[in-house]
Amino acid sequence: MTAVIIYATVNLYYCVVNTGSFPGYGINHYFTMGTATLILLLICGIAFAGGGIIISRMLAKRSYNPQKGLPYECGIPTIGSSWIQFRVGYYLFALLFLVFDVEMVFMYPWAVVVKETGITAFFEILVFIFILFMGLLYAWKAGALKWS
Amino acid sequence: MEKLHLLFVFSFSWLASHLNMWLRTGIGNSFLLLVTEMLIAGISLLAFLVILCFFLGYMERKVAAFMEIRLGPNRVGPKGSLQIVADTVKLLFKEGLTPDGSDKFLFNLAPFVVVVTSMLAIAPLAFARDFQLWDVNIGIFYVTSISSMAVIGILMAGWSSSNKYSLIGAMRSGAQIVSYELSIGLSLISIVILSGSLRLSDIIQSQANGWWIFKGHIPVLISFIIFIIASTAEINRAPFDLTEAEQELTGGFHTEYAGMKFAMFLLSEYINLFIVSAIAATIFLGGWMPFHIGNLTGFNHAMDYIPSSLWFFGKTFFIIFIIMWFRWTFPRLRIDQLLNLEWKYLLPISMGNTLLVSAMAVFGWYL
Repeated sequence: MTAVIIYATVNLYYCVVNTGSFPGYGINHYFTMGTATLILLLICGIAFAGGGIIISRMLAKRSYNPQKGLPYECGIPTIGSSWIQFRVGYYLFALLFLVFDVEMVFMYPWAVVVKETGITAFFEILVFIFILFMGLLYAWKAGALKWS
Repeated sequence: MEKLHLLFVFSFSWLASHLNMWLRTGIGNSFLLLVTEMLIAGISLLAFLVILCFFLGYMERKVAAFMEIRLGPNRVGPKGSLQIVADTVKLLFKEGLTPDGSDKFLFNLAPFVVVVTSMLAIAPLAFARDFQLWDVNIGIFYVTSISSMAVIGILMAGWSSSNKYSLIGAMRSGAQIVSYELSIGLSLISIVILSGSLRLSDIIQSQANGWWIFKGHIPVLISFIIFIIASTAEINRAPFDLTEAEQELTGGFHTEYAGMKFAMFLLSEYINLFIVSAIAATIFLGGWMPFHIGNLTGFNHAMDYIPSSLWFFGKTFFIIFIIMWFRWTFPRLRIDQLLNLEWKYLLPISMGNTLLVSAMAVFGWYL
């Protein structure tokens, strides 16, 4: 989120400095707002959520008693903290996800140029996917995908 | 002839560019101009989203009722269409409770994160011909990266609630969203390979002589099916709604939320539903491109007279209807079945399919 804000601000600044105008609409019959959209959507999102919550805060009746502050579980008082240990399996899937997600990020620039590069690019990605598929098979064999 | 065409076809881009020209003559200062335009765009966007969420809520109930052969909402307003407005007003008057044991800062931040991430993903969508908020050159990559941030808000909500159900729901949701993102990414890549660009307007232009789902033969059909399955999981809808499986986890990660904060999760779910359907409609079904058949000039010309925004929304709502249909057709999966489906079936299939599509693109086995 922060990265998005910084990117949008810097981009907007350079656009103003270099071209002397804001990244507004393009030529006739073409509607696009450029990087300003990011700031617009960010403000819209915060206003949307914040506005709703603030209006509800002003309208709603409020009262407090200790029973209301308890976690909603099953009616009897909760035993122990809620921040408990959970299954390690979630971490294994997160680790596997990281590997394949980085793979995908590498594949985006490849996908854009594959048609021009032709057969070389095809065989390169064949090797790349083969190695990663071996990794998936290894994780499968080692029992990382088992949920018991 | 060009002007005559504009008379018949209501065009958003025409409206926007004329509004821009009108403002430009009135306001000399470029900063003021930008602020005014952002204000207009922001207000119309918010109005659009509110109407969209109301409509999707109504549609969800009516589709559910239709599938179960019952009436659905039919008391408030004509055919029950104002029921969802009444519900929103009710939620507005509910107290937004923060539990005592919770991490108060994260608990209140989570609805904002969820709404803002789903809002940001709207930026590169092309709503009509030449009508796009941000025609960024990495459009598809931007959408995948932004929509994957939603999981942070969900984990935040579940963790900070100090409720065991919320925690379990959030962990499930995290595992599910990150897993299915891989299949979504790979099926998007298959279209990027064929069209050779990440820019959404280029992808739409590449479908001028036929949508990818028709041009791409079976591999694209496979990636379309994988995309629909994986995006249903990505937005936590039934049959993949383990995160909020009512019978076991009460409300999942938003068990502790009440009033407007809860409504924010609901709204972002509907906005996400719209976004994934719009992306599917854009990259597989041609976005605002009209339906054309080869050399039937008369038919093609007739199709051109249907407004481009109508094409876009028609396709989007068709896919939304399919995703709603899933909910009443398939039983809910268990967490291990869900992860098996992704890691042992969808991921290997989509990897193989990507190879197939790239072979197709390299050797030119498509129209």
